[in-house]
Amino acid sequence: MARPEELLASLIARLIADAHHVAVGAASPIPAAACELLRAQGKPLRVTRLHKRKGNPFTEGSRELFDLAGQGRIDYFFLGGAQIDGEANINLVRAEGRRFPGSFGSAFMYFTCRTVLFREEHSRRVLVPRVEFISAPGWSPPDVVRRGGPIALVTGKALFRWQAKERRFSLQSVHPGHTAAEVREATGFDYDAQDIAQTPEPSAAELELLRGPVARAIAADYPEFARRVWS
Amino acid sequence: MSGVDALVAQIPDGAFVALPPDYSLPAMDAVRALIRRRAKNLRLLGVPVLGLSADLLIGAGCVAEVHSSAVSLGEAGLAPRFTEAAERGEIKVVDYTCPAVHTALQATEKGVPYMPLRGVLGSDLVGAHSDWQVAQNPFSPSKDPILLVAAIVPDVALFHARWADEAGNVWVGRRRELATIAHAARHTYVTVEEFRAGDMLDDELLAPGVISATYVTGVARAERGAWPLGVADVYGIDDAHLTAYAKAARTREGFDNYLREFVWQDRKSSLPA
Repeated sequence: MARPEELLASLIARLIADAHHVAVGAASPIPAAACELLRAQGKPLRVTRLHKRKGNPFTEGSRELFDLAGQGRIDYFFLGGAQIDGEANINLVRAEGRRFPGSFGSAFMYFTCRTVLFREEHSRRVLVPRVEFISAPGWSPPDVVRRGGPIALVTGKALFRWQAKERRFSLQSVHPGHTAAEVREATGFDYDAQDIAQTPEPSAAELELLRGPVARAIAADYPEFARRVWS
Repeated sequence: MSGVDALVAQIPDGAFVALPPDYSLPAMDAVRALIRRRAKNLRLLGVPVLGLSADLLIGAGCVAEVHSSAVSLGEAGLAPRFTEAAERGEIKVVDYTCPAVHTALQATEKGVPYMPLRGVLGSDLVGAHSDWQVAQNPFSPSKDPILLVAAIVPDVALFHARWADEAGNVWVGRRRELATIAHAARHTYVTVEEFRAGDMLDDELLAPGVISATYVTGVARAERGAWPLGVADVYGIDDAHLTAYAKAARTREGFDNYLREFVWQDRKSSLPA
């Protein structure tokens, strides 16, 4: 039986299966696990983990990440949000009187990389009709140079695909143990929903990799997470 | 007065102080010394984000403003003193996005008034910054709005390094954002793990990780001076301490107890927490 974190890692791995170079930011152990899973499956994927404690990839400091992304040398990135709305705007700054850490590189990375929005909490508190502060916009007018943007939203309950033309999410699949009605109830924005599947469980082979080489690769940089999920 | 205390005595109240993130050689002993000297109204600049150093200074009442792309303790969670002070309006918070901080400092490095940066347009950050403007790309025949970010000049850069040498150079290895801060700041103060003989610029292997003495205003020895954060290949991050801090600092009382134990007592960082 897969743990929820394992299901999410295998789901994200499928979403970014065509990636060549993925960057993974702070506090993103599940996306990092997804990348390590692809590598463990033999994909020639370059994974740039920004907070790698040993063997950090940058020799020009952390600004090198943004220079790489600005040139288009990174194809996928992950972003979350204290709030995410139906137009894929994300808010990492403040909501309902609460202060959150801040926008990090989101206002730049969202423009440069294909972005998987990822937030485990799936509630009306997080998935709102309109974010209170736009850290990074989900879409831009046609005259704004923008190579990247959202491709999907992954939560602890479901997978939504982003429809760029409609500027709307579409519910793609619901994770085992959850229902489409529950997702509708827990989502504060409107979205399309047709032919909703169940999110596939990780295969036995994927689970074996997750619990072996992936767990070991993750533990060095996300020790708390690795202990919680895999010990 | 210890070397570190004498070093931070040169940082005046109200200074605009550029600090690195927790992963990039924060001068934690100097931060503790700033608290002990009861620094006031500091304006912190996160390059590009901040963590424990800022949370300690904010909780201890040393800070008036925080300019940063984020303040967090990473895997240990929210920075509790920052969060409470921001929610209560006790500090002014100026939100950035990481590459805008780097770009603004790079403008200062080059001595130009601003630099352009792609992306960001449509973010509410743009309207909140009088030091940013959206302009037409003058080289494009079609409509092409682009963000211009004004140069930032910190009064002070403060960070830790592995070595300082007899020539006054410091070695930060791959942490080159520290070079950017040093190049941009009016004064750069550095604590170091160790002094070493000679001139590191004479060593081809060391030279790429050196910040030249040209940029360095003052140096003081602080062994294990980044603790509870780490120095690559010397000592790692004290995760258990960070977790304990994140928990203690959730309340005012817990934070004050922490300060009593680890800041006012100047408890040696080489001792286990």
